[in-house]
Amino acid sequence: MRSVFITADNIVSPLGFTSVKNIAQIAQEQTGIALHSDIAMSASPFYASIIKNDTLEQAFRQIDDEARFTKLEKMMLLSLQDTISKASFSITNKTALVISTTKGNIDVLHSEKSVFSPDRAYLPVLGNKIKTFFGFKNDPIIVSNACVSGILAVAVAKRLIQSNFYDNAFVVSGDIVSEFTLSGFNAFQAISNAPCQPFSKNRKGITIGEAAASVAITTEKETNEVVEIIGDGSCNDANHISGPSRNGEGLYKSIQSAIKEADIQTENIDYISAHGTATLYNDEMEAIAVNRANLGNTPINSLKGYYGHTLGASGLLETIVGLHTMKNNTLYTSIGIDELGVSEPINIIKSKQSKDVNTFLKTASGFGGCNTAVLFKKHNI
Amino acid sequence: MIFHNGKEIVIKDSSLSCNEFLKQVYKEHVNDYAKFFKMDTISKLAFLAAEFICNQASVLPKDKGDMAIVLSNNSASLDTDRKHQDTINDKNNYFPSPAVFVYTLPNIGVGEISIRHEIQGENAFFVFEKFNAKALMQYSTALINAQKCTHVLCGWVDVDKDQYDAFMYLVSKDGQFKHTEENINTLYQKN
Repeated sequence: MRSVFITADNIVSPLGFTSVKNIAQIAQEQTGIALHSDIAMSASPFYASIIKNDTLEQAFRQIDDEARFTKLEKMMLLSLQDTISKASFSITNKTALVISTTKGNIDVLHSEKSVFSPDRAYLPVLGNKIKTFFGFKNDPIIVSNACVSGILAVAVAKRLIQSNFYDNAFVVSGDIVSEFTLSGFNAFQAISNAPCQPFSKNRKGITIGEAAASVAITTEKETNEVVEIIGDGSCNDANHISGPSRNGEGLYKSIQSAIKEADIQTENIDYISAHGTATLYNDEMEAIAVNRANLGNTPINSLKGYYGHTLGASGLLETIVGLHTMKNNTLYTSIGIDELGVSEPINIIKSKQSKDVNTFLKTASGFGGCNTAVLFKKHNI
Repeated sequence: MIFHNGKEIVIKDSSLSCNEFLKQVYKEHVNDYAKFFKMDTISKLAFLAAEFICNQASVLPKDKGDMAIVLSNNSASLDTDRKHQDTINDKNNYFPSPAVFVYTLPNIGVGEISIRHEIQGENAFFVFEKFNAKALMQYSTALINAQKCTHVLCGWVDVDKDQYDAFMYLVSKDGQFKHTEENINTLYQKN
């Protein structure tokens, strides 16, 4: 099968509107999570990672009229605009548009609060806004597969290109913080009353966040240093719809599937970017799956302490941070970690450190028993 | 109505609501899986459609890890999203429930099918403007090419404002119809 590379990327988050700005903030252990008092979203104050509306609108005005678009659309368009401008290929009839989101424009469902039509909540309507804005020739392929959506979208693009259905692809992911998701996770008693602490003994649940992220994927090696997508897997636990498997079965199988395809040994994996939502069950399940895969000694972090859980964007957002981890040969701190609180040992990154990182593993898991693992390798040519 | 391999196997009064229809089909054709009643409408529809395919052992792979599930629709989980939204619109009548919220994702039905039939293979849920045989064919082919599976349970499961539509088919190395966009569209229209 032909090789597939990621050649341009962007993150739009509270930490900045380019990947470079985001990485600079992460290097300083700056978080986007803050305490918010917004009665339109929650009756009581809550921790979340939220993009300031005026900052977003100001940035968006550089590319279009901001009043025409919802917050999520602005985030996703702004992100993709930057990635498209950096990619060396242009959009043709063999360019795929892959979009991932869990909830899309879910805030428009509250008709009294939204100035947009409730039809904007249909994901194909969102997809067509993005398609039309940039003049894509093909209809969007929208991945909505719970919290693995962002990383699964990368695997989907790679697989379609490797089977020669497309030459290249742009992938864009996004989700917003909304009353809808806050109230739902609150009903699950899954939301932490302090900034989330992935893998910590003191973790109390998730913190929600919002972000958009995008990448360009192609078979052409464009620069001296390129990142290849070398393997992937996305397997179901077949165990429970809202709780992860106790033995990490689906995640373990996903990792094995990615490793088998990449044809590498586990000791060649230099870094793992975990899902690490900071719920009791998720983090425990991941520690078990990682150990079953003999990756217990591999440096690992969760980026949820910087961004919160950005749902359908998280997998792609965190992949991009992983790409820059390889580029900068720097492992970034898993903020929120104090005392390790999982039953199996994992090598959590407690402080920023220099290390040669040539291969990394991104994982995610979500409701519906879904899991995804994707392996990336850096090449210097 | 339900068609299976081109034959009408269930015909009900067209005035039945979606949930009444699904309940009757469940009672007549399944009736041994109480978890069915906890599911949202779209998961019930996906679950029942899969029953008619997954209960024929002869067409399934020996190792269920070799079976992928790839489903799609237009409205994602909006039918259930609206139900969750109704529980939070009014601050004086505020009652969000985890039992509803967990179904506000379109891929939960894939999870329900996976649990029922112990399928731990590849999954994906796609959202398209309309039934997209080309995209389903391409992704299923890509999965098989990449040796991620030998079989793909593929289809379209949509529920929106009491309109519902499900179509499922199994892709494998052996079969009577070649796996092409045209054949998928023909079967979708015929069934």
